[in-house]
Amino acid sequence: MTDPLPPADGASTEAPSAGRAARAVERRSSTGFGRYLLKHVSGAAVSLLLVLFSSFFIFRLIAGDPIDQLTKERPVSPEQRAAMRAELGLDRPLWQQFWDYITGTLTMDLGESFQYRRPIFDLIVERLPATLLLSGTGMVLAVLLGFWIGTRSGWKQGSRFDKGQVATGLVLYSAPTFWLGMIVILVFARYLGLFPVNGMRSPSTPPDFWSQAVDIGHHLVLPVLTYTAVVYAGYLMIMRSSILDEIGSDYLTTARAKGLRDDEVRQKHAVPNALLPTVTLVFLALGSVVNGSIVTETVFSWPGLGTLFVNAIFYPDRPVLQALFVLFSSSTIVAVLCAEILYWFIDPRIRRS
Amino acid sequence: MTLLEFKDLRVTYRGSRGRLPAVRGVDLAVDAGETLGIAGESGCGKSTLAMAVLRLLPKSAEVSGQILLDGEDLLAMGWGRLRAVRWTGASIVFQGAMHSLNAVQRIGRQIAEPILVHEPKTTPAQAAKRAEALLERVGLPPSRARSFPHELSGGQRQRVMIAMALACDPDLLIADEATTALDVMVQAQVLRLISDLVRERGVGLVMISHDLSVLSAVCDRAAVMYAGRIVEQGPAHEVFAQARHPYSAALGAAFPVIGDPAARMHPGGLAGDPPDPLRLPEGCSFRPRCAVAVERCGAESPELLEVGAARVSACFVAQEGMPVVG
Repeated sequence: MTDPLPPADGASTEAPSAGRAARAVERRSSTGFGRYLLKHVSGAAVSLLLVLFSSFFIFRLIAGDPIDQLTKERPVSPEQRAAMRAELGLDRPLWQQFWDYITGTLTMDLGESFQYRRPIFDLIVERLPATLLLSGTGMVLAVLLGFWIGTRSGWKQGSRFDKGQVATGLVLYSAPTFWLGMIVILVFARYLGLFPVNGMRSPSTPPDFWSQAVDIGHHLVLPVLTYTAVVYAGYLMIMRSSILDEIGSDYLTTARAKGLRDDEVRQKHAVPNALLPTVTLVFLALGSVVNGSIVTETVFSWPGLGTLFVNAIFYPDRPVLQALFVLFSSSTIVAVLCAEILYWFIDPRIRRS
Repeated sequence: MTLLEFKDLRVTYRGSRGRLPAVRGVDLAVDAGETLGIAGESGCGKSTLAMAVLRLLPKSAEVSGQILLDGEDLLAMGWGRLRAVRWTGASIVFQGAMHSLNAVQRIGRQIAEPILVHEPKTTPAQAAKRAEALLERVGLPPSRARSFPHELSGGQRQRVMIAMALACDPDLLIADEATTALDVMVQAQVLRLISDLVRERGVGLVMISHDLSVLSAVCDRAAVMYAGRIVEQGPAHEVFAQARHPYSAALGAAFPVIGDPAARMHPGGLAGDPPDPLRLPEGCSFRPRCAVAVERCGAESPELLEVGAARVSACFVAQEGMPVVG
């Protein structure tokens, strides 16, 4: 949309036309937001549909016949097999199974687990809080730590602090999670005896709220430590390079010329600009909070979605895999959508185009 | 009374190719309320000179000599004192093209920021009021304080830069290519605004530009820089109308006279490139491009000497009273 009457720049004509221009900008931005929102919401909806479709077919392609797997190494008669097939709804035509799956998923009826013989929805609801607690805490710590160190690293590029932090971060980043988890268990649980080895709570803990909370917190320390140590370097490097992009910008010279201290120039001017390109990243991180800690959960036997997923792979429990795949993907898609909507509000430059 | 004085200022950049002298011994003075223009082509060291005043040069720059602001040497100041002098003693009107303003901060806040830094007793509301008054003074509606830089045109942004530079009532204003990116009409308006403000507030102005018409419109006095040195200085209109250095003459001739067919058919200008600061020629650094060079120019480097009333030139030819246009 172009403004038919661009504001003239002259001092004499500016005052009246600027008011008009300001109103035009407001009008433009409200319809602009609707269009922007529609564009990104429809994009996300298409992605969600693709995920829904592919989840159904992928696990049918790779998992083979579930009856073989469920009955392996046991003598079963063909009648029993047929009965089982009927019970699990596998005797119906593929298109009908597909239709049930689509309508079921859309109405939060995710089917029943082969392994547990319980509704998958209940399984997920039971385990989701544990996962959110572990990877949510870990992610927040990783983002804060990574951004904090990254900002200081980039601002003093080439300093001893910068070199030391980047090296440490990358060593941890490249360490395999299960290996690091074992080292952590060995040192802090086995030798030092400071923290429990696995699980989320001890059976002997009194049932009152505070005892339970302290116990869970105690169990949480090592998994969160492992998780944070492995992922924070990613945020460190991103923030560092984002700061490096801003260093040398003219507006920082302006800020310095105004008499601001070096740390004020960094925090008030460089950081807000450097944060902009990292917003998508943070939201991607939030999206992956749901699925982000599969290995960590396995190492520490944490009763969350990651453990559920790994168990489902080994069983193999196709409906559970299918449902978790949809859940993991859609949480990422929704998080990215949120990032895009947020951009509209935090980056004034987007509103222009 | 002398407001700003450069004494034998030298700036050398340490780079991968070696030590690069950008400013090679500049002596220059600006009186309170006076307007001085500094002209020269890209790379002659004029922006380095401007940035040196508030010590905004990158770490790779080695600065020697003295920069006296109100008699106080800026180069010898501690960081605390320097920060206090920045923007209150002297402020800079940067080229207001997009990047000198913070893109994600409303302009009112950016104008008010130095007020809050230098006058800790001011409340944010008072500072915001003053920012609006400044916007009004530079010809923008106060409501513009709530705009972001990208919502303004180039001319409006330049006005914002001027308002910002005036926020702490500095004694000296440095305008570094402040109107370069603007079209001619807007440029004229901004120039008029700057001259009005300078006269109204009695501040000293150092205006840096490659455009002589800009300088002669605003400045009392003009200095021409070439390869890190001042080569000519004098009353602005005289320097440009009757140059006493072949380089100033060539700079003046580079702008065609509108409506003059002779100028259209034979655009003036200067052959050759500015000298490589790493390999400056022997003697006068302008000699390889000079049409009137004599034998002596290859052997000795000319000093700035008086060549008339209030005029100095670093050219042997001019110093002997000969014409500098070949």
